[in-house]
Amino acid sequence: MTGALADALIAASLLARSPAALGGLCLRGGGPARDVVLDALHNLLPDPTPFRRLPGHIDDDRLSGGTDIAASLAAGTVVLQRGLLQDVRGGVLVVPMAERLRSDIAGRVAQAMDDGQGFVLVLLDDGTEADERPPPALMERITFDLRLDSVRAADLAVVLPDRVEPLASPSLDQEVLKALATIAEALGVTSMRPLLQAAAAACAHAALAGRGSTEMADVEAAARLVLASRATRLPPDPEAPPPAPPEDEAQESESHDDPEDGESLPELPEDLLIEAARAAIPPDVLNLIASGRATRSAHGGGAGRRARSGLRGKSLGARPGMPGGGARLALVDTLRAAIPWQPLRQREPVPIGAGPIRFRRDDLRVRRFEERSATVTVFSVDASGSAALSRLAEAKGAVELILAQAYVKRSEVALVAFRGEGAELLLPPTRSLTRAKRALGALPGGGGTPLADGIAMARQVADAVAARGRTPMLVFLTDGSANIAADRSRGRARAQDDAQRAARALAAAGYDAVVIDISPRPRPEAARLAQAMRARYLPLPLADAKALKTAVSLVSTPERTPSRPGA
Amino acid sequence: MARFPFSAIVGQDEMKLALLIAAVDPAIGGVMVFGDRGTGKSTAARALAALLPPIMVMEGCRFGCAPDESSACPGQCSASKPVKRSVPFVDLPLGATEDRVLGSLDLERALRTGEKVFEPGLLARAHRGFLYIDEINLLEDHLVDLLLDVAASGENVVEREGLSVRHRARFVLIGSGNPEEGELRPQLLDRFGLSVEVRTPRAIDDRVEIMRRCAAHDADSIGFGARWAEEDGSILQQIARGQRKLARMDVPDAVLLDAAQLCSAVGVDGLRGELTLMRASRAYAALKAAKTVRREHLLHVAPLALRHRLRRDVLDESGSTARIERAIAEQFA
Repeated sequence: MTGALADALIAASLLARSPAALGGLCLRGGGPARDVVLDALHNLLPDPTPFRRLPGHIDDDRLSGGTDIAASLAAGTVVLQRGLLQDVRGGVLVVPMAERLRSDIAGRVAQAMDDGQGFVLVLLDDGTEADERPPPALMERITFDLRLDSVRAADLAVVLPDRVEPLASPSLDQEVLKALATIAEALGVTSMRPLLQAAAAACAHAALAGRGSTEMADVEAAARLVLASRATRLPPDPEAPPPAPPEDEAQESESHDDPEDGESLPELPEDLLIEAARAAIPPDVLNLIASGRATRSAHGGGAGRRARSGLRGKSLGARPGMPGGGARLALVDTLRAAIPWQPLRQREPVPIGAGPIRFRRDDLRVRRFEERSATVTVFSVDASGSAALSRLAEAKGAVELILAQAYVKRSEVALVAFRGEGAELLLPPTRSLTRAKRALGALPGGGGTPLADGIAMARQVADAVAARGRTPMLVFLTDGSANIAADRSRGRARAQDDAQRAARALAAAGYDAVVIDISPRPRPEAARLAQAMRARYLPLPLADAKALKTAVSLVSTPERTPSRPGA
Repeated sequence: MARFPFSAIVGQDEMKLALLIAAVDPAIGGVMVFGDRGTGKSTAARALAALLPPIMVMEGCRFGCAPDESSACPGQCSASKPVKRSVPFVDLPLGATEDRVLGSLDLERALRTGEKVFEPGLLARAHRGFLYIDEINLLEDHLVDLLLDVAASGENVVEREGLSVRHRARFVLIGSGNPEEGELRPQLLDRFGLSVEVRTPRAIDDRVEIMRRCAAHDADSIGFGARWAEEDGSILQQIARGQRKLARMDVPDAVLLDAAQLCSAVGVDGLRGELTLMRASRAYAALKAAKTVRREHLLHVAPLALRHRLRRDVLDESGSTARIERAIAEQFA
């Protein structure tokens, strides 16, 4: 039996022991292994405990209860429906595909948990990328974040843990709390919530073992199961030289104002525990830490920030359609549609329970909204030798100006750079302009111009952005003189051909793009590139602030799209 | 379970001060809290709401009218009698729709009796209390606009769905957010009265103390509350005294001059900064039971009132708190 599944089963036992304090668990990956954990939870909880699944498309009324509008109109009286959050009280709420859960639903669920509605939340996380995680509002409120992707089929034959009769609550002594706080500090867990959850988990662990008070074994389990997955830095390793500090400004400033950090840690008796916690940090979290991206809340919004329609934005009036699924009934317009037909309909036999007004399905009107879909500006910067020699510094300046504009509009930016052998995604889409600026500042120049690669990479980013319902806007800063082909071979003609092909593919995908020519004298290559891309072409003559301004305003033209309900 | 007592919150002095100032003078215009998740922001706000003495509300009124407000109530509550109710604390969920916030046509009543009745939203529920918005930076701009408008005017005007309703909505708006995940537009930030930066306590001892108190609260919330009742009581007295004193508190010209000087030194555009700074100093002096507002009061609240209004170069990484402190050191050394 692998450790991951064993740990998950321990977590399930702890959860069954004190559901209110621990909140829930998140299971990432591992299909059938998740079912084993869910079965275990089934066994551990008293019968009958309701298990409910939360589908991602659930609407507000079904979630929290309210009037069933379509049924009410048909019956002529009010038909109420109970919400899922009421149904699941005292049970387990299972959220499949939790990484794609919309933030408004997550907000409702989080609020219900805060109000003590008394359900255990199980998030099933099918994300593959490091930033594809369930909404942070929910991740904060559950105790266990477990990975099951390493579990093999052969490991699945396990004995499910038995239900344990509740004992009196074990006492938490000062030493245990202090040990937990020290471990959290070493791992860079700053939020108080995980710490409180870890204390509750240690307590439950002691209770399961039948102990009257918590001891170091409980601390070890709590650190491994609760704190390790939330690490934002590696604890200092007493044997190895200290790892290079991550380039995260927030973390740096924190370790500065903390005199205890690094000095007193090696002498503490918790050393062994910290080592154990360190070994339990999941690999994807390790990668995040290594890339300096593990902020204390380093979870992407996932699908949460996707543009939604039918609920918000500026009202556009009503159109025929069925309410529900996010669309809201426009009552006045529905009445207006139904009234002219009343004399005719009154002649028909009276249906049972009909109200004074007879409605038909095609009278129903739903409201429509216009909303601004979030724009993500993807910069693709040519940092090759030819560009670097002339204009890289100015290109950086231009990008910064556009960034400042993006800040006002709160749009997101991503940064791709290409030089030497290939293109690199320096910054995935983010709203943090500080990070964008840092990535840009650290960008070295020199080497060949793999233009085709740069275009292809920018397109990949744009595809990912579009898949999340946001509008990508591509900005290329280049002189257009490619000399590295798509297969990494040198040769100007081949490279130019490849770049043209990539550009045409981009045009076919239909993305908005701007090519800013950063060569000292405008050259035909960049203009041809813009043409192939069906992009706007903008030569940027030397140090012309006005042209820069134009570029900025061109690039940051807002995209307005009317939303389609049900789209 | 009883709420966590306000006085039992470890650290968070700045946040507590901002909340107390807002409790003394709700017209200050809301508090913006910058900080990470799990720093106890909502705990502090909830605790303050639970601490405040109950208010008198017309029974059954969906707009939370005070006895002397009932004549203008759209729900016609003047026939009912006043009852005691605790100060409302409304938690606005992320992803709330305009309908839920503003209120909308009551579909139930419309269907059942054909009446056109307004169903009050969260703004009406927050009347005379607190409206807490977690992650306000992720809220749609048009909703933030709307909330700030209502918070500033104290009145919610609904003109939609064939309804024309206006009702009182005076509340202390508390927004929180982590600037690393996206920032509020400067125009919106400027409309918040005060802003605070919260961090989790970093010292191990403080963190152990927090865990200890939370565990004690979880185990026996009533008993835990009783142990802190005395300290909570003295804070309550301080607020009540501050509210009484506020009306008679005047600001000497010299302090006004200081305020103007400080604002121009740090580069705060617009009048709002100066006015809020003055208001906050008055409320702080009232809390401290001072006879008149002095320069020390002004300087103490200056970071709260000005920090979020500095004309900011986005790409400048030096903190605004540091800039204010520098200006104070230069001007008033």
